[in-house]
Amino acid sequence: MPIGDTLPFTAIRWDDILFVALAVTVLGSALLVVTMRDIIRCGLAMILCFASLAGIYVVLGNPLVAAAQVLVYIGAISVLVLFAIMLTQTKNAPTRLVFQTQAVAAAVAAATIGVVIMATVLATTWPAGSSRVWTSTSDIATMLFSQYVLPFEAVSVLLTAAVVGGVLLARREPAARDEDRP
Amino acid sequence: MSNSLDSYLILSGLLFAVGTFGFLARRNAISMLMSIELMLNAVNLTIIAFGAFEPALHTQASVIALLVIAVAAAEATVGLAIVMAIYRNRKTPLVDEYDAMKE
Repeated sequence: MPIGDTLPFTAIRWDDILFVALAVTVLGSALLVVTMRDIIRCGLAMILCFASLAGIYVVLGNPLVAAAQVLVYIGAISVLVLFAIMLTQTKNAPTRLVFQTQAVAAAVAAATIGVVIMATVLATTWPAGSSRVWTSTSDIATMLFSQYVLPFEAVSVLLTAAVVGGVLLARREPAARDEDRP
Repeated sequence: MSNSLDSYLILSGLLFAVGTFGFLARRNAISMLMSIELMLNAVNLTIIAFGAFEPALHTQASVIALLVIAVAAAEATVGLAIVMAIYRNRKTPLVDEYDAMKE
């Protein structure tokens, strides 16, 4: 049985319900990421934030970017961050101060940025269509491998350089290890 | 509500503000990197929203967003490697104890 565009017996659209639920999850988990004391839980809340953002991309009609978000952000970056947390966490870290001394000033600055962006968005009439359109994956592929093939190759070189740089930065120099030895 | 560009832009603005607060206020270097990821995601949401609502940007926006995701992955790799390298020398992930260049 197909379900209609709206919630039964009301005029509330399913899209709107999904959007509000996902937006609340995104903002709530983002707030948890920046305020929670235990940094492992911050990392897990970050995964929730990325997942609900992928849901918002689907609501926007862009399944390819949603899939890339799940693969790259949840599958790769979050795991990398969780590994880094586990490697650097000390026993007494969660009991110590979470915020710097300038936390109040930081909150004021962030609230100002948020208010300015909201005021700008509401005051501007965007020259955009009134409804969103589904983005087809084959169109993206055609454009990525014809018009944008040079940036695509540049990004692949950048990723290789980043992997090499990451290994170089994170590895322990053999000479330094020899000096530590008595 | 899900059919107006404004709601997506406001959501991404709020997400960016939350990320800014985390970057400025947290003491842990990895928390700061996570806040940077939040800000990058907010920018990506803006790009996708404009692409969905503006016909001229339709496919370009998705391509740009995919490239941004790839660059963000590179940034996370190098950033975390730097944090690990500093942690090995200083034995703390808290940025306000990195004061070697102060005196």
